Amino acid sequence: MTLNIYTVIGLAVILVIVLMALLADFIAPYSPVEASGMELESPNPLHIMGTDNLGRDVFSRVVYGARTVVVVVLIAVILSGVIGTVLGLVSGYISGILDKILSFVMDSIYAFPSLILAIALSVALGPNIFNAAVAIAITYIPTYFRMVRGQVLSIKNESFVEMARALGLPITRIMARYILPQLTQTLVVVFSMNSADAVLTEAALSFFGLTVQPPTPDWGFDLYKGRGFILSGAWWMLIFPGGMITLLALGFALLSEGVSQSYVVKEGE
Amino acid sequence: MGLARYIAFRALLIIPTILLLYTLVFIVLRVLPGNPVLAALGTKNIPEEQLKALMRELGLDKPLYQQYFEYLINFLRGDMGYSMIIRGRPIANDIADKFPATLELAIWAMVMSFALGVGFGYVAGKSRGTALKHIARLYGSITYIIFIPALGLFLQLLFGRWLGVLPTGGRLSPGIYINSITGLYTIDSLLQGDFNAFADAIKHIILPSLTLGLVLSGPFARLTLSNMERVLGSKIVVAYRARGVREEVIARHVFKHALIPIVTYLGLQFALLLGGAVLTETTFNWPGLGTYLVDKIMYRDYTAIQAVVILFAFLVGVISLMTDVAYALIDPRVRY
Amino acid sequence: MSEVLLVEDLYVKYYTRRGIISAVSGVTFDVIKGEMLAVVGESGSGKSTLGYAIMRLLPRSGAVERGRIVLDGEDILRLSEEELRRIRGGKVSMVFQDPFTTLDPLRRVLDQFREFLAEHGIDAERGRIIAEEMLEAVGVPKNLANAYPHQLSGGQKQRVAIAMAIALNPLLVIADEPTTALDVVIQRQVMDLLDDVKKRGTSIMFITHDIALAIERADRVMIMYGGEVMELAEKSMLAKRALHPYTVGLLSSMPRIGSEKLPSSIPGYPPDLRSPPKGCIFHPRCPYATERCRTVKPILSEVEKNHFVKCHLVKAL
Repeated sequence: MTLNIYTVIGLAVILVIVLMALLADFIAPYSPVEASGMELESPNPLHIMGTDNLGRDVFSRVVYGARTVVVVVLIAVILSGVIGTVLGLVSGYISGILDKILSFVMDSIYAFPSLILAIALSVALGPNIFNAAVAIAITYIPTYFRMVRGQVLSIKNESFVEMARALGLPITRIMARYILPQLTQTLVVVFSMNSADAVLTEAALSFFGLTVQPPTPDWGFDLYKGRGFILSGAWWMLIFPGGMITLLALGFALLSEGVSQSYVVKEGE
Repeated sequence: MGLARYIAFRALLIIPTILLLYTLVFIVLRVLPGNPVLAALGTKNIPEEQLKALMRELGLDKPLYQQYFEYLINFLRGDMGYSMIIRGRPIANDIADKFPATLELAIWAMVMSFALGVGFGYVAGKSRGTALKHIARLYGSITYIIFIPALGLFLQLLFGRWLGVLPTGGRLSPGIYINSITGLYTIDSLLQGDFNAFADAIKHIILPSLTLGLVLSGPFARLTLSNMERVLGSKIVVAYRARGVREEVIARHVFKHALIPIVTYLGLQFALLLGGAVLTETTFNWPGLGTYLVDKIMYRDYTAIQAVVILFAFLVGVISLMTDVAYALIDPRVRY
Repeated sequence: MSEVLLVEDLYVKYYTRRGIISAVSGVTFDVIKGEMLAVVGESGSGKSTLGYAIMRLLPRSGAVERGRIVLDGEDILRLSEEELRRIRGGKVSMVFQDPFTTLDPLRRVLDQFREFLAEHGIDAERGRIIAEEMLEAVGVPKNLANAYPHQLSGGQKQRVAIAMAIALNPLLVIADEPTTALDVVIQRQVMDLLDDVKKRGTSIMFITHDIALAIERADRVMIMYGGEVMELAEKSMLAKRALHPYTVGLLSSMPRIGSEKLPSSIPGYPPDLRSPPKGCIFHPRCPYATERCRTVKPILSEVEKNHFVKCHLVKAL
């Protein structure tokens, strides 16, 4: 795979934010939950991103806040990716009534606003970080399901798969050996695009107070709090958490754009 | 088949989808939280008698299957039950209050996103060079991943606080009053000839609808661009040129072709629009269903949450029906 | 005898990512008023490119490198976009291979027809009358004028296309494989219709891969191979005495009723036009090729009256 400029920038952004989450203890100059300055200090040498209404260092909160979003997105995307792919493989390969029912359910969920479904789910499951991840995962299962199922339908009648079937290989082997490898390209693109979506949904759930509880730092929730200080002109409480959410989502979007471009070029010429 | 029968047929196909979504929401909100009353009250220290009375009042003491059907039938009759928190308040009244605000925001946002996205895609698609096309594609992916509250709050900061030219939230300034006819202030104010109120309503809706519209415009731009490219490269266009039809006129016809797949996309876009509206409303204190939903979430008012979410499910179904019909009207090849 | 179209020493190249393709190389011919000239060749012979070059409708990757295209005394290559637009559909029009993809499926037949006339300055009322008359003349039932293209059969669509192509009494109609997408019965009807068009005094450049159909229907036949003209003659002359080995090969590859011989196809493949063979472009497939054919390019010469051949082996008679 040739490395596209979008791929490089996207990966770099994601990597920096993941490292920030991992190394938060070393990067953040102050505790994210205790006051380290005056209230609402604008950015200055001691607090490069200023302080919030409780005198906490915004930069430290931004650094630690990366943890929440990275954890939630990681769990959500892996869960939905694995479940969606497996269901899609089975449904597409076996066909029949099970396939019809599953497709119908998945299409219906897909048509429903994913954010509202995620909200409803995390309200029902109870607001905490793991449940938020599960809620996001459930809403994105249809994305993987539909894509994988469609691909399986077109692949399963190709000669190499029929050959494997004629040889009497077990279904699980056929899927793992012959079908899944054909899907990797598309999966990578969908995976990175879906991660961008998951970042936004996580931020939205946080914005509504459905992930972590205060005082745990979290970009979405910090942005929500900053909203009350617009008229005080405390722009730093908005720009930094809001910017980080957009930046991380942008990283995944660029990665997806870059990866899909490389594939198109490779197939085209 | 006539158009009326086609619509009826499509409507029948939508029903299972709506029922499934209803069932899903019912399971998620009624079954999962255990006893919703306890969850709403946030305590288990409540006398047994009082709990039972409350459950009976809300119809939660009946068997689940009975609740399932009764709720559905009542919902279809416009009865959405009562709030768990504010006792005795019919949810349908609240929703009737809030719905026009959401509708107005949705319409303006849709207009914005369509104008921005399709306009940009059209211009880029018509352009001869590749620069504009690259920009349009990048625009498509970047606008899509904007976090609505981040953009909305930034715009509030810029236009509300720093430039001071637009309000940061709400639907109308204090002291301005519009008699509700349709519930859409930008229309009602015009109907009543109150241009002062109209200007105020417009001022309030610019930032929210721009925020939501911008975020939704990306897919429109990309779709329009790729459709324009596809159709411009088709033989239909060569044939038009061979007949000596002017390029402007051809572009107009091509645009119609490019629009058809976009109409199909409108249905999907609507789901994003609803989700986005909830975020936009919260960001701008816009008194619609989204703010209402978030409010109720804060208080764990399950009956109200359920009503709003099920209403959204119905809206999604109805819109997808309307999309199908619009598609049939615009493309004569669809047989009905 | 006056010529409607004169093409002189025309070169067309396509600039693609895979290389530069010489699609048409040094083609010279004319079309006389009221005749049907058939242009015969395999796919890739440059016959369609020739048609598109005359219409100035080459795809963006294609360009006329050299030569003149004179229509009714005017060099088409020197015209502005607006002048070209007036000529297209006016003095010269085109009928395409696939009527399924050339009529706009979203608009009613009559609307497309009237728009075309309006674009050429004909007012709405007269446009309606002309359109209805023309559709009737080509045998499209009146009730179908307001139909959408998908409600028409393939033959009907092609009739509509022809009606539009001749509505403004053009000097020349370029018909690019107009019957290939149609079944045999309809093919015959469409060819009869083109015959009628010719009788109105309109010249027709009939592009086809079917040499039998060309000899049956056309007045003169021009054989193309690898972007060059191999042979050009009146049809009777060509049918009686084809001289170029390629033409001979084409003729023997067509099945004949009553013939004992099985049709034989020409061995080998069409040339790669990114790097055409040196000498005669046909030499790699020619059973009679000599050393001279491999090195020196032959020129198209008149071996007998109105019979042109591009071959070293054919001496003037």
